[in-house]
Amino acid sequence: MIAAHLPALQVVIPLLAAPICAMLRRGSHAWAWTMVVSWAMPVIAFAILLQVLEGGTISYWLGSWEPPWGIEYRIDTVNAFVLVLVSVIGAVVMPYARASLEREMPADRQVWYYTMYLLCLAGLLGMAATGDAFNVFVFMEIASLSSYVLIALGRDRRALVAAYQYLIVGTIGATFYVIGVGFLYVMTGTLNIADLAERLPLVENQRPVLIALTFLIVGLSLKLALFPLHFWLPGAYAYAPSVATAFLAASATKVAIYLILRFFFTVFGGSYPLAGLGVPLVWIALSLAAIVLPSITAIYEKDVKRMLALSSVAQIGYITLGIGLLSEAGLTGSIVHLLNHGLMKGALFLLVGGIAYSKGAVTVDRIAGMARRMPLTFAGFVVAGLSMVGVPGTVGFVSKWYLVLAAIERGWWWLAILVVASSVLSLVYMGRLVEASYFRPSAPDSTDDQEMPRSMLASAWVLVAACVYFGLDTDLTVRVAAQAARTLLGTP
Amino acid sequence: MSGVTTLLLAMAVPLAGALLIALSHGRPNQREAVTLVTAGVMFGLVASLVPEVLAGGRPATQPWSILPGLELRFTLEPLGMLFALVASSLWIVNSMYSIGYMRSNDEPRQTSFYVFFAVALAATLGIAFAGNLFTLFLFYELLTLSTYPLVVHKQNAEALRAGRTYLLLLIGSSIVFFLPAIVWVSWTAGTTTFTLGGVVSDVMTPDETGWLLALFAIGIGKAAIMPMHRWLPVAMVAPTPVSALLHAVAVVKAGVFSIVKITVYVIGVENLARVGSGDWLLYVAGTTVIVASLIALTQDNLKRRLAYSTVSQLSYVVLAAAILTPTSVIAAALHIAAHAFGKITLFFAAGSIYTAAHKTEVSELDGIGRRMPWTMGAFAVGALSMVGVPPAAGFTSKWYLASAALAAGQHFALAVIVLSTLLNAAYFVPIVYAAFLKPEPASGHGHAHGEAPWPMVLALVTTAAGTMLLFLVPNLPLALARQLAGLS
Repeated sequence: MIAAHLPALQVVIPLLAAPICAMLRRGSHAWAWTMVVSWAMPVIAFAILLQVLEGGTISYWLGSWEPPWGIEYRIDTVNAFVLVLVSVIGAVVMPYARASLEREMPADRQVWYYTMYLLCLAGLLGMAATGDAFNVFVFMEIASLSSYVLIALGRDRRALVAAYQYLIVGTIGATFYVIGVGFLYVMTGTLNIADLAERLPLVENQRPVLIALTFLIVGLSLKLALFPLHFWLPGAYAYAPSVATAFLAASATKVAIYLILRFFFTVFGGSYPLAGLGVPLVWIALSLAAIVLPSITAIYEKDVKRMLALSSVAQIGYITLGIGLLSEAGLTGSIVHLLNHGLMKGALFLLVGGIAYSKGAVTVDRIAGMARRMPLTFAGFVVAGLSMVGVPGTVGFVSKWYLVLAAIERGWWWLAILVVASSVLSLVYMGRLVEASYFRPSAPDSTDDQEMPRSMLASAWVLVAACVYFGLDTDLTVRVAAQAARTLLGTP
Repeated sequence: MSGVTTLLLAMAVPLAGALLIALSHGRPNQREAVTLVTAGVMFGLVASLVPEVLAGGRPATQPWSILPGLELRFTLEPLGMLFALVASSLWIVNSMYSIGYMRSNDEPRQTSFYVFFAVALAATLGIAFAGNLFTLFLFYELLTLSTYPLVVHKQNAEALRAGRTYLLLLIGSSIVFFLPAIVWVSWTAGTTTFTLGGVVSDVMTPDETGWLLALFAIGIGKAAIMPMHRWLPVAMVAPTPVSALLHAVAVVKAGVFSIVKITVYVIGVENLARVGSGDWLLYVAGTTVIVASLIALTQDNLKRRLAYSTVSQLSYVVLAAAILTPTSVIAAALHIAAHAFGKITLFFAAGSIYTAAHKTEVSELDGIGRRMPWTMGAFAVGALSMVGVPPAAGFTSKWYLASAALAAGQHFALAVIVLSTLLNAAYFVPIVYAAFLKPEPASGHGHAHGEAPWPMVLALVTTAAGTMLLFLVPNLPLALARQLAGLS
């Protein structure tokens, strides 16, 4: 009985949990409540994924209203995978949140943090679960507004500026999205995504549809921080509370990428949106620019959080590159990299947060020689860093393998070489951190550093271990990703 | 115990050793005992595999699939057997030497030194036992990463700079060239499993085969074919035991080992000879032999001179492989072993001089042979092996190399061998001459000193004896090399 309502529960539980959380007085109570809710989420998400893998696409009619009039939650392998990704990251960071937030903000703000976090989680899960284009917009606003607050809660005052910038850009993105959806509604008379997909071929190639597509692409590209629309991201990630950065970096942009996948492939049907606009090469060129240019900036960046944020922009470039290749291997690489990047970047941001726990701002100079006093933190850093470089045996290698394979399938050798060569850039900026922390003498004022609390380390190391585990045993991740790719391409 | 179990155990033992060494932090005697025992056990396991391989057995593990078409697989074959034997036997001697060296020089961070050393040996065995290109690549990268902390061991600005060059050149070349080559093979041939005769002969055109070979030759930076050799001289900033075992044996031999292995098992010797698009490798390797020798002549720093000599000697192996006849493959395999014993002796001697006399430059060695007769005697044996004079192992491999070049009508290779022999003599003989026959400078050696501590002397005498033994009884390496070449 309850199994049939899982799609709704996935979104409704955190949504309703948020106001309850707001009424709690103490940070620790709010934390415990949020913890329970966040750990229920992956249980539901995995149950949904199993249902989808066994029984095919789930269509859930909210309030039993029949689509396309009512809102439909439509879950196939693709968004089941995204639900798992978001909810797992949300659950893993929770044990970390308590100690980290106690250090970073006063008790009354902690309650607000957890409330906003629950709303953000509900928004992201809602964006992924719903099968209604306008409903996506509603959840997008919930997720965005709450994430502005999450970022603004950072202890650095620059967090306010970063949050404001993100607010402006995010609002433009959401507005563009809703304009695009509006055009589609005018042309087809429907907002249901599956219904849109059916009706769109009738009006294909008409100018309003192309305009709609343009607005959708630009709006979502702002949200997912596709180069050169990524300028809001480094500031937002650098100054947000540590745990918020880890959560948002691993999940928020990923959901926007999911929407791109959904619109490109399900709504507009495969190669049409890119080829129709004559932009596949532009898309690939932007992805390559995203991979190379921010990585070069990252090499010269002194603030470690900003460096990792820039690296996120580059990693998003790998994901969009795989989308642009329009093949099963490329999409498999992209989809599996959604998860893989979430794991490794989540781990890195959690570890940096652990350094910030005792240090405040984390710069390359300030971490000099710290590895001896915080061996577990930096060991995790090395492992996750190797994964960023794409060393075999880590998740980073798996994603790159598929991207290279997709490039070769197309006969684009130059692209294959560029993809692997770009790893050298990651090697340089991650190597810089390792060199400083392990092999440079310590700064004189830093002899009393110690490891972050165990609860925080545990969260971070779960993700670090996952980076290696899913690099060696890819059966689960790649199988689901490949099936999701086939679903999108419509090939059985 | 079956061959497969032994194979896996041999790789697991150094890893377990690394863990135990880390746990012995603060108890030097226990730590070093663990190192020695680990090295001994590993050698025992590796050696116990020899009879099976000689009898034609090829123990192989069940492949473990990581991605479709990408599996972890270990197979033991003659070349890997030879490489593993060389590395694991020399690790025992080198550990003894390390104990003397690290203690006498009061080096900091000794525990992490021994830990990374053990991990590096595990990676070396992984390379030796790799059953396909992916597995080889995995352990190739692990070897680079585990030796990086050893290169930057001193942690001063120079060491950090060297570390950067080391990582960037080795990992950079492997990612940009080696990995695409592997993907290419996997894509066209559908497999990267090492197969005698190669896997690409039917699916690649002669031109493509030539390009593939080029990607491998540049991508395997550890083989130090010019211009990818620059990491090796800068890595000399590491403590001498590291230079001795890793940068004269394990790491560099992993490079030439990979090239020989790929020539034999991926591209195929006969295939490459038939398509004729790999000839350039002969010339590149030959040029490296000569140019590196010329540079070695100009180096006054002893370890740097030895490093350039290594660059030159490594290209002997590549040169031998590039002649593409069974005899030349034997020469390549033999030279991997012969050079290992000779060069480790030379580095041991250099470290021993540094420890006892605090000298690092060739020009400071006048008359030192009278104070350190054992060290300089061993040095002389190592030098003979480099030049290729009996009774040292270098002679045997050079003999095979020269006969292969002659039989194949490769006059260029022959000229390289003759010229480089003269050059080798030109930069090694003066050192031996000065050490024994020149008078000590009037100012003396700054302080009175004798030989280095006994574990170091014992180690270098052992390897010098090994160098001569390999000349006198080359049966085992020869038998393995002949199997590799398909002659038995």
